[in-house]
Amino acid sequence: MSEIFDILISASFWAAVIRIASPLILATMGELICERAGVLNLGIEGIMVIGAFTGWIAVYQGMPLWGGVAVAMSAGMLFGLLHATLTVPFGLSQHVVGLGVTLLATSTSSFAYRLALPEVTSPPKIEPFQPLDLPVLSDLPFLGEVLFTQTAFTWFAFGVAVLVALVLFRTPLGLALRAAGENPSAVEAQGLSVTGLRMGAVIVGSGLMATGGAFLTLSAFSSFFFEMVNGRGWICVALVVFGAWRPGKAVLGAILFAAFDALQIRLQQTPLGADLPYQVFLMAPYVLSILALILMSRRAEVPAALMVPYNKGER
Amino acid sequence: MTVTAPQAGDIVLRLDNITKRFGALVANSAISLDLKRGEVIALLGENGAGKTTLMNILFGHYQADEGRVEVFGQTLPPGNPRAALAAGVGMVHQHFTLADNLSVLDNITLGTESLWSRGKGRQAARARIAALSAEFGLAVHPDARVGSLSVGERQRVEILKALYRDARILILDEPTAVLTPQETDALFETLRKAVALGLSIIFISHKLHEVMAIADRCIVLRHGKVVGEVNTHATDRASLAALMVGSAVTLPKAEARVAGPVLLRLDHVSTRARGTATGLSDLSLDLCSGQITGLAGVSGNGQAVLADLISGLVRPDAGRIEIAGVEPASWSPRQALNHHIARIPEDRHKTGTISDFNLTENAVLETYSKPPFSRMGWMNWPAAEDFARGIIARYDVRCQGVLQRIRLLSGGNMQKLILGRVLEPGPRIILANQPVRGLDVGAIAYVHTQLIAARDSGAAVLLISEDLDEIQSLSDVIHVISEGRLSPGFARGTTTAAELGLWMAGQGFEGKDRAA
Repeated sequence: MSEIFDILISASFWAAVIRIASPLILATMGELICERAGVLNLGIEGIMVIGAFTGWIAVYQGMPLWGGVAVAMSAGMLFGLLHATLTVPFGLSQHVVGLGVTLLATSTSSFAYRLALPEVTSPPKIEPFQPLDLPVLSDLPFLGEVLFTQTAFTWFAFGVAVLVALVLFRTPLGLALRAAGENPSAVEAQGLSVTGLRMGAVIVGSGLMATGGAFLTLSAFSSFFFEMVNGRGWICVALVVFGAWRPGKAVLGAILFAAFDALQIRLQQTPLGADLPYQVFLMAPYVLSILALILMSRRAEVPAALMVPYNKGER
Repeated sequence: MTVTAPQAGDIVLRLDNITKRFGALVANSAISLDLKRGEVIALLGENGAGKTTLMNILFGHYQADEGRVEVFGQTLPPGNPRAALAAGVGMVHQHFTLADNLSVLDNITLGTESLWSRGKGRQAARARIAALSAEFGLAVHPDARVGSLSVGERQRVEILKALYRDARILILDEPTAVLTPQETDALFETLRKAVALGLSIIFISHKLHEVMAIADRCIVLRHGKVVGEVNTHATDRASLAALMVGSAVTLPKAEARVAGPVLLRLDHVSTRARGTATGLSDLSLDLCSGQITGLAGVSGNGQAVLADLISGLVRPDAGRIEIAGVEPASWSPRQALNHHIARIPEDRHKTGTISDFNLTENAVLETYSKPPFSRMGWMNWPAAEDFARGIIARYDVRCQGVLQRIRLLSGGNMQKLILGRVLEPGPRIILANQPVRGLDVGAIAYVHTQLIAARDSGAAVLLISEDLDEIQSLSDVIHVISEGRLSPGFARGTTTAAELGLWMAGQGFEGKDRAA
């Protein structure tokens, strides 16, 4: 047990937690916007892959890093447009469309990768976002390492979370979005377009998911692998439930999951790691997440019209 | 949009030759009407006459195939609720358009500010809502979650939504269908205040006494056409009813009968309160063959749990159920069906039918597992369809065919199908829970005639209703339920509405012990 304690008080552990949480926060905010407007977006896993790939390939082709982020976001919005068109005006099953978008986006990345780099055996590296070096702040003990030597992309992720929370709960737009997820007829009766709101939410949300994917290639690692998203999208869907559709709680959930993940990596290197198969450690964050989900989401208020297509004028 | 204050009598709204078709059905056929400033028009008509369709066109939910809508002299763009709202039209929908998880304040301010603005202070909105509440007598707490409000309070929120947007024309679609008599009176007070301030109102209803009480003018629709327009002070209820259905209507009155043997006995039955729902305390009730037993009471005093008990959905926590003198070994919905208890549920949409099933499937919902509808575990659809066709023919269900989804039927036709489903097998005991709620005059007369016929053929009928007129005209014996307690039975003609009203208010029970 003392090993766990040592890990928990080390600054490098908490720095890793923040780093691991960043892409989850971005993609979770994206999913949360979609679901608040009433659309479950299961395209998230594939959209993260497309974001990771397009952001990376854009930078590899010579674009600046933020340019890569913009490219990833645009690619995500494009797939978001596809998802939104099928689920909102056409009212198709959100599950089926979401899984379809995930398959399409994943295989599109794979296809484009082979087209762009036909002869490469190991993917080329790019120069990723570097840790910030802030005067005074970065040199603070503990906090300096945990918070002020993160990359600008991490700060962007937390900024996005704050912005999403403010827009959702402090602006007329946010109120309209939430109402579209609670009772579309109420939105319609107040003279607003349910279709416009829901499509907008899915497109912007998908852009954020792709940005979360791009974090993996542009900040966390410096290259692109096909398996790199590795279920993070599905974790984000669970984090939205865990956070009871509230941005603040969802960020806490992402940090909690990241802490489990960072902890298991470090535990593998302790004597405990020698005794247990490493798969147990890999499994731990997911098992703990399921337990936390069961405990936390019991009294959550699900958006009442989530997954209910809205057909104007139906009796 | 600024409007120069129109004078009383100015025309504020004009519908010009509105026609709307749904497939082959002509819902509205060349309807024209004018609404003047400070006027209340009632739109009367049977279910399916096209009232709601017309109002949905006016508000922009639907687009008319022909004709146009003119508000304050300007033509509204079709199919655009935003334009209707901006022009000063507010609609109180029959099925409220409120988001339950949001606060009253959020529901009212939704869509009133530009989506791309930062939003003004909520203090201002709060103050305005408070002012409107006081002015129109619409008390409601702005921070309450809409989901926690009563039906009457939700309706106030709907009205506040329209007033908050400075509506000059209010459309109310069957606003009293969900209200108690007291709440209806309060609503009428509010509407009178609105009219005094120069608003104009279109009031959709098929309750004739309400129309007579509130409207200046009545426009009667039948089969999508205007068939009459009368001033309310120049007409009476009977002639309005005749206009609505196209012929004179006489509501059936049951003659007194001698009661037969007891078919269902509840013997000192108690059930625990569940959540906010009242339980039953030490309730004894006999339902006799050849008798209609009326159960009066204010909604929420234990009628629901009593109905669930007789349906088999709830088992008594104390006391006994006896059917024809025998206590059943177990009690469940299946048992209730096996004992020939017919159930006409309170909410035909939620528990009476499965909306997306077709008429055939809904017709055999209670009997699908028995021959001839199924044999050896296989459905016999031709037999089920024959059964459904029989009901459609004998009970005059207006529909497109046995394979039509039941959600597309009007309330009256849905109720007729349910009636056919439960009455065809010749039940011994009939539980009729609010059997005519939301139905029009013609359908009400039909349902009552069927219940009387069932009684005359020896069934025991329990009629649960909040409408004292209905209870008094049909029942051979009347009980009142209050807080889960049952009053003594009053034989036909031995009591007055005023006396029943006192029992409904909980008086007269003092002498009886209240079970804990």
